[in-house]
Amino acid sequence: MRIGTGLLLGLLTGLLWGTIAVALTGISLTLITGLPATPIISAGALGGAVNAAIIMLRAPADRTPGLYLVAFAGVIITMMLVSFGAPFSLAFSESSLIQAFGVGLIALAVTFANRAVLIDIQSGMLKRYKIDLVIVRTLKGFGFVFFSVIVILPFYVMVMTSLKNQQDLFLNPLDLSIDLTQGAASLFDSYVELFTKFNFGRFLLISTIVSVCTVLITLAFSIPGAYAVARLKFPGQTVLSSSILLIYLVPMIVLVIPLYAVFSQLGLRNTVVGLLIVYPATTVPVALYMLQGYFRGLPAELEEAGLMDGLSRIGVIWKITLPLALPALASVSLYVFMIAWNEFLFAFMFLDDPDIFTLSRGVVSLNSSEVPRQHLMAGAVIATVPILVIFLWFERFLVQGLTAGSVKG
Amino acid sequence: MAPSNSTAQPPATSQPRKGKLGPMARREARLALWMLAPTFLIVMGIVLFPLLANFWISVKPVTLSDLRPPTPVVSERVRGDFDIAGQEFEIQYRLRNSSRDGDITDVVLTDTLPAGITVTDPGDVCTVTGSEVRCALDGLPAGERTRLKMTAVADETFAANPVSPRDSEPTVTGTAENILTNSEFTLDNFARIFDSHEFWSVLWVTITYTVFGTLGALVLGLFAAQMLNKPFAGRSIIRGLFLFPYVAPVIAVAFTWVILLDPFNGTFNAILQRMNLADEGVNFFGQRDIPIDVFGLTIDFPLALATVIAFEAWRYFPLSFLFILARMQSISSDMYEAAEVDGATPLQQFWHISLPQLLGILSTLFLLRFIWTFNKFDDIFLLTGGAAGTRTLTVDVYEQGFALSNLGAGAAVAVAIFILLLVFAVFYFKFVHREDS
Repeated sequence: MRIGTGLLLGLLTGLLWGTIAVALTGISLTLITGLPATPIISAGALGGAVNAAIIMLRAPADRTPGLYLVAFAGVIITMMLVSFGAPFSLAFSESSLIQAFGVGLIALAVTFANRAVLIDIQSGMLKRYKIDLVIVRTLKGFGFVFFSVIVILPFYVMVMTSLKNQQDLFLNPLDLSIDLTQGAASLFDSYVELFTKFNFGRFLLISTIVSVCTVLITLAFSIPGAYAVARLKFPGQTVLSSSILLIYLVPMIVLVIPLYAVFSQLGLRNTVVGLLIVYPATTVPVALYMLQGYFRGLPAELEEAGLMDGLSRIGVIWKITLPLALPALASVSLYVFMIAWNEFLFAFMFLDDPDIFTLSRGVVSLNSSEVPRQHLMAGAVIATVPILVIFLWFERFLVQGLTAGSVKG
Repeated sequence: MAPSNSTAQPPATSQPRKGKLGPMARREARLALWMLAPTFLIVMGIVLFPLLANFWISVKPVTLSDLRPPTPVVSERVRGDFDIAGQEFEIQYRLRNSSRDGDITDVVLTDTLPAGITVTDPGDVCTVTGSEVRCALDGLPAGERTRLKMTAVADETFAANPVSPRDSEPTVTGTAENILTNSEFTLDNFARIFDSHEFWSVLWVTITYTVFGTLGALVLGLFAAQMLNKPFAGRSIIRGLFLFPYVAPVIAVAFTWVILLDPFNGTFNAILQRMNLADEGVNFFGQRDIPIDVFGLTIDFPLALATVIAFEAWRYFPLSFLFILARMQSISSDMYEAAEVDGATPLQQFWHISLPQLLGILSTLFLLRFIWTFNKFDDIFLLTGGAAGTRTLTVDVYEQGFALSNLGAGAAVAVAIFILLLVFAVFYFKFVHREDS
């Protein structure tokens, strides 16, 4: 083994992976099993460095599975020695199987990470290219861990909190483990209560009705408009197609006061109809912009052939353009559905009557000190699950819609 | 409909559009107008009209309670026995002004009496024609109650089969001044908004939040896109996962953050304490400043503001991530191969090839996200309610208009937002729009 920048970088990345692995595993152990584990960071960091050093004992071409096995063992031995046999500050007699699993997981993760970063890196002096390579790989690996944690942690906490009860949560906020032996009825207690006592079934229904109607109205308004902008010629066409985007820039909060005043006087404020007037107004311009872009891309010859064969313009749109534009219609519908489902501001300002609450409005009403927090989180889960399921199911369409429309958020 | 001439040609823009339109072209323009009419109407009514209405409301002394205009309320009583023929009884209308501070003028009450009842004394203000009663009052001042009395008598046929005169509901109409439509104007709202020391701190918070929230989302998005640029197993799953924060409803994720970061029993604070990174719970959303020592200097770090900025970056990085990724995928790989042959390192490739190629989408995204972050209300409202130094202009609209019930002042803030947005829109059209085309 030669000593140079390669070894130095290897040791540094090893330290980093060791630190990340031990911290994450320790916290995950606590969150999942409820054990009061405090990971010894220095043990993991040194373990990671030892692992990297062992891997770099040999030149990249000579690294055998046996070497990696030794490096794997190196992590475990180092961690045990540095932490005096308690890598999570727990006596090893306590849940020894889980602890052993945790240590094994750390060693495995560190070995894999070091192998991925150092696969073609020797221990001697490195060229600039190789140094950059190590840095980029490390950053990417760190990025995966970082993004996964920041995305998964809140959603994990949301779901687990909804399945626990307030006393347990206050007693130990780190213990998000759930007792599966208690049976489904008591496990899903919050959900049952929300649907029986808090009327969430109705909120779910109202939200569905409002969202679906918003989609239908938006399509009914934007399809003819988009077709006109894309295919027909009229004075002011270019001005119009570029100024549609200006509606994007209008903040909803600015519209709230006048709409509140006018809708109050017209008796539309506390009604579903009121929402069904406001929601499409905010989504029609976006939908029109997305659709006209797609319509322009369709071959005009097909429509001309239709017109020649004696179809009316409406017939052409219905029988030729729309079937061709189905993917775009799906994207627009999903996107509009998502906006309407997630909408909070107008639902919050307009609706006072619990009989016509949408889910967003219903969840806000749970945010009080009198309602236990697992109910609030259960409400959040009920609002999130349908939209996430739809999103995962139709991800391709939604992603298209999001990018094609340069979407409002 | 007959095939029109112009659609037989590709939608060319080179045709002269000015000048006289032929009958075909005119018909096409008319059809286009009809097809666009619903969109026009709804956008005019729900977006453009309220925008202008803000200017009107902002110079009006209008509060939330003014939205309920004063209305006359009536209840009818009958005194005496109306089911005995020939006996006089009294019909009483009790009128009340529902408002304590608005007068009602031209109050008119109408009612229908059952057949067989004759009014013997209609009183001063009422007239009876047949069975129709009509009473007219000049005015009903604020908070006033009044009684209108009539004496009546029933005949034999009615007494045999009596129905209460109260069965027919009296209707009452009146004209009340509506503060929204009268000609009373004031500049107090603007004076109130701009005089207060608070406005400038709100503006400052708004700018800080917008700039750092936008940059945060962009940098995270660029980082994430760079990670997913090269194909690998499970890439689409990770891409879907990264979009979760954006797709989930704002109420769900905002409340989750609030509970996650709770100072007393939030999981995040418990993790910090377990890892010995904090001695006691940090009140992320409730504490305005936290002193931080940097090389002996103590800086007041705006903790709550930083936390809402972190939330903003977390929630909207997926959007910039998607756009940047789409752009990255369209960069030709030839350039990277050539650079590789020339010995450019990965970081150099990123700096000298990727970044210049991404500059267009990055600046577009920055401007759009800047404006949308500036417009954002829900997030901060749900996280802190604008407390602890996180009140932005949009939250201020709610605060003035609804929390303090002063609609006029809220509209004045909205006008300020609108004017700032006009400035942004000019920028948008100058820079972004040119790049789109």
